[in-house]
Amino acid sequence: MKIQISNGRVIDPKNGVDQYADVFIAAGKIAAIGTMPKDFHANRVIDASDCIVCPGLVDLAARLREPGFEYRATLESEMDAACAGGVTSLACPPDTDPPLDEPGLVEMLKFRAKNLNQARVYPIGALTQKLGGERLTEMAELRDAGCVGFSQADAAISDTQVLVRALEYAATFGFTVWLRPQDAYLAKGGVAHDGFVATRLGLPAIPYSAETIAVATILLLARETGARVHLCRLSSAQAIEMVRVAKADGLKVSCDVSINHLHLTEMDIGYFDPNYHLIPPLRALRDRDAIRAGLATGTIDALCSNHTPVDDDAKQMPFGEAEAGATGLELLLPLTLKWAAEQRVKLSDAIARITQYPAEILGLDAGHFAIGHVADLCIFNPETRWQVVPAALRSQGKNTPYLGYEMQGAVKYTLVEGQVVFDAAKS
Amino acid sequence: MTLNPQLNTDGSLRHLLTIDGLPRAILTHILDTAESFIAVSEQEVKKVPLLRGKAIFNLFFEPSTRTRTTFEIAAKRLSADVINLNISASSQSKGETLLDTVDNLAAMQADMFVVRHAQSGAAHMIARHVAPHIHVVNAGDGRHAHPTQGLLDMFTIRKYKGEFHNLRVAIVGDVLHSRVARSQIHALTTLGVPEVRVIAPQTLLPTAVEQMGVHVYHDMRQGLRDVDVVIMLRLQNERMRGARLPSAQEYFKYYGLTQDKLALARPDAIVMHPGPMNRGVEIDSAVADGKQSVILPQVTYGIAVRMAVMSILAGN
Repeated sequence: MKIQISNGRVIDPKNGVDQYADVFIAAGKIAAIGTMPKDFHANRVIDASDCIVCPGLVDLAARLREPGFEYRATLESEMDAACAGGVTSLACPPDTDPPLDEPGLVEMLKFRAKNLNQARVYPIGALTQKLGGERLTEMAELRDAGCVGFSQADAAISDTQVLVRALEYAATFGFTVWLRPQDAYLAKGGVAHDGFVATRLGLPAIPYSAETIAVATILLLARETGARVHLCRLSSAQAIEMVRVAKADGLKVSCDVSINHLHLTEMDIGYFDPNYHLIPPLRALRDRDAIRAGLATGTIDALCSNHTPVDDDAKQMPFGEAEAGATGLELLLPLTLKWAAEQRVKLSDAIARITQYPAEILGLDAGHFAIGHVADLCIFNPETRWQVVPAALRSQGKNTPYLGYEMQGAVKYTLVEGQVVFDAAKS
Repeated sequence: MTLNPQLNTDGSLRHLLTIDGLPRAILTHILDTAESFIAVSEQEVKKVPLLRGKAIFNLFFEPSTRTRTTFEIAAKRLSADVINLNISASSQSKGETLLDTVDNLAAMQADMFVVRHAQSGAAHMIARHVAPHIHVVNAGDGRHAHPTQGLLDMFTIRKYKGEFHNLRVAIVGDVLHSRVARSQIHALTTLGVPEVRVIAPQTLLPTAVEQMGVHVYHDMRQGLRDVDVVIMLRLQNERMRGARLPSAQEYFKYYGLTQDKLALARPDAIVMHPGPMNRGVEIDSAVADGKQSVILPQVTYGIAVRMAVMSILAGN
């Protein structure tokens, strides 16, 4: 199968490409960009006029809900959503049921995902057994089974000694430890940011210190143990500043934020809308501003969807009882574009935050397209407007704070290894 | 973002969910209407036919005696049919969701739901969900709001003090966990009370509470100086078990209302409490039963205020 993608604006941040050019794909790989190779006869020509052709998106956090939560979403529905969102590689956190703490579970997930021939799935293994924060998992075995890093998902480790051992053990093998910084005690029972909105609404609150104390602990231990740490879903200005200082000091640490925290604040909770019940909680305006600026300067390495499909029964509850999380795979791209436009970030730099940098955090040779590299790419029209309504989402989870919003930017085609896995015209 | 969910498009009251965001005119209208119902409660036949044929469901997901009873009496005096449900004991334990419960009751031709729930925002969620002809009255949701209690407290203050614009009011105790305190603060500031004080240790105050328009005092003696109204809040026993307070004895010594501390307030100051009281914890019996206490009249007025709220909602 040979494909020619014609008339598009090709943006490949890692290789510094931003030009109008045709892309030629053969045998699942990029054969050429610009000039047609000799003897190239396209079986299919994709018209990318008015479109941007960029590497397939790499999402650092997408819950596929398998195994264990198939009533919320299935691998099929969520992989469909990924392709529709232009995502070709995704990391899934270990908070499945049972958690991804045994090689067999990881192999099964990889196998099921591979058979769907859609996006590439990279499991993050559980750092501790059953995510219980007590006993380490067989990390080396899990790596052999396909895990690309280790995490506690949203379960905090309250015993700091266990955290030290986990970091030491991971450092032994050079594994990256993904931690969402949260002090288990300070966050206990909380459902919203500890600020005026929670005070007025009478919602149990989570203070800044729940995040910043954990960041301080993790950064100190990362330095002491030499472990490579990735901080997930930062939510506060102060935490971002701590990461900036740590990076300036030469510590090898990376971090990400979610699309929800990039655009929303505690004020958006309004009258207890459970779609705004998120982990970590939406914080104040100044925190959102720090997130937007930090992502532009690179203190924050990557942006992720933190895709968490929740069924209606679990979401249509009073705010505090409603399950936290939002669907996001199909919103990652348009919300990145929205941020870039509002923050005046160069398109290529914005795309790097959802391609090149997340791939580097995952240790993957992905998120770019050099000649000879596998053809994972996303073709989108940056002008197309569409409204976020349940029917417009392929994910089984229709829970998102952006319901009703108008998005600008829509994926037209997604290709994985030179195969068209999403074609907007056919769906 | 969204319009105030408790108002109709013409600005009239459709649900009573919180006092936060309600215009002063609506609060005053409720208080004035309540005034007219006081007379009804004093007649030999304590009934008016305003809500005849209406079905009012008291949905109590959390136990309550006083609030539920006064709502029931209020509805009966308006000639409505009242159905009491203590849901904690039935559907919820069978796994039925809150909205399923509401749907089922709505199918029984309910006209009004009076809801109490342990989660902040529960009444809002029900109000968002029900058909347009159904009214929802929040009878207490989590730590968020207890608007009829706030209103009956305003009614009591107006009865004894006449006006709001020249008052100093102190609210003492566990503001953090108190839906009553939040509703009182919104009501007092909306009605034009120039100085609202909250008095409590820092462990019982929510973050940024000053932004609700109150002055914070940690020293009760300072906070009570020259106030016209003292509102005591109930201290739940469970607060003693956590790390918020060391002991009931120490709390009473520093934040309990005694005659001696009350003497710092204006000589004609009134003492209020939403009940149920913990005598010897937040309030001394001598004060609770003393001549400045208006705690029992509060309960009586609660019926008239709830009659007012229900009749106004049903008419809108």
